[in-house]
Amino acid sequence: MPKKKMIEKMSYEEAFKELQSVVEKMESGELPLKDSLALFERGQALSGRCSELLEEALLRLRQLTRDESGELVEVDLELEDM
Amino acid sequence: MLRPAMETLANLFSSRPVWSVGDLTRYIRQVLESDYRLQDMWVTGEVSNVSRPSSGHLYFTLRDDNASLRCVMWRPRVAHQTHLPQDGEMLDVLGHISVYEAGGQYQLYAENLRPAGEGARFAEFLELKARLEAEGLFDPERKQPLPEWPKTIGVVTSPTGAALRDVVNVLRRRFPLVTLLLSPSKVQGDDAPAGIVNALETLNQDGRSDVLLLIRGGGSMEDLWTFNHEDVVRAIAHSIVPVVTGIGHETDVILADFAADVRAPTPSTAAEVATPDRVLLREDLAFQRSDLNQLFREHLYQLRQSLKMWSTRLKLASPLAHVANKQQRLDEFTSRARTAILHRMALSQAAITSLEKTLRAVGPNAVLARGYAVVTLAENGQLVRSITQVSSGDPLQIQVQDGTFNAETRDQLNE
Repeated sequence: MPKKKMIEKMSYEEAFKELQSVVEKMESGELPLKDSLALFERGQALSGRCSELLEEALLRLRQLTRDESGELVEVDLELEDM
Repeated sequence: MLRPAMETLANLFSSRPVWSVGDLTRYIRQVLESDYRLQDMWVTGEVSNVSRPSSGHLYFTLRDDNASLRCVMWRPRVAHQTHLPQDGEMLDVLGHISVYEAGGQYQLYAENLRPAGEGARFAEFLELKARLEAEGLFDPERKQPLPEWPKTIGVVTSPTGAALRDVVNVLRRRFPLVTLLLSPSKVQGDDAPAGIVNALETLNQDGRSDVLLLIRGGGSMEDLWTFNHEDVVRAIAHSIVPVVTGIGHETDVILADFAADVRAPTPSTAAEVATPDRVLLREDLAFQRSDLNQLFREHLYQLRQSLKMWSTRLKLASPLAHVANKQQRLDEFTSRARTAILHRMALSQAAITSLEKTLRAVGPNAVLARGYAVVTLAENGQLVRSITQVSSGDPLQIQVQDGTFNAETRDQLNE
């Protein structure tokens, strides 16, 4: 198997895509028990990661502007009264 | 008093008919009203003498350098106007020409008003639209699909506008997994088009955004005219990153919308169009999870079933089973052997019995019973079959049917 990315570092998209592929793999059957168990556990972890990201996500607000020299500068976007 | 000159006297007494003022005025009115060009026309000019008495009707004068025109708008039409004319304002007025007979005045009966120049601008708009359309800027094939799951959403709008807040609120509720990257720009005024073009280019250059939102809250047609600017429309069409427009307005005459990959009616809907819904994501996730559980259970069940079957087959194939099997075959053979032996023995027994019977039948007893005797030499028990075996005085044993007795040879007689 290829080297797996740490689940805790995955984006929602990555985790969900892999979760889908895990389910598909399990659907195909024909898996060694050890692999199937490992897949199942990974699937659960991926699903957990997705839920966590969904629940805890906070919208990040950034602003992109140019400084005097015309270089792009990125700063936190502050919104009043929000 | 005037005295008519001699030559005009003839005129005074000619036979021309004489009109009453009322007839003439009515006639003039009919002439004006029968010219279709005068019955539905836009007239442009500067507004003056606006008055709106308690009747609710609206009176004003339109003028330019050379002339002036009385205008009236009846109360029901006045009620339809969002904007009432002010003195000094340049306006286009739609209406028809007729005559106010009592005042002896022709005037424009106004139906509608709009800022002067809007007509020209609209014509310009149509020309630009046709030109860009011909270039293919609005072609459906140019439209890019939006990403399913954007990670970064670039936003071009004013940093202080309500549009940005609307978008932020929608994203917080709906898809907070995203990063909003604002590229600020004015969205109205003369420098707005250049600002928007610049902001779009900045986000394209930055490259992180998966989709761009070009948004602005509602406004007058004049406010929104920025989004009909050729440069803005071209910048949208040429953006590498897909663009969603959310420009609040009701009419569908914003060229930016034609050039956008997706057009949304408001800033909030633009944010919705560009993101998946967290609630739906949750459902999808729950679905995948239950699928996963179900699949795993099924897999385990299958493994168990298969295990059961193969253990049974294993048992059947084990050496123990072979031994048992051999044992059984051995037992079987043993028992068959025993049966065979017993049978053979039984047969033998039967044969013996029958032989004994035969023997008995042919044996000496039967002969003795008929009166014959068996003679043996007493000294060695030899059967005496010939006279040569005996001499005078030899002791003999004679066996008859019911016993034996001793005797002695006396005379040897030759046959």
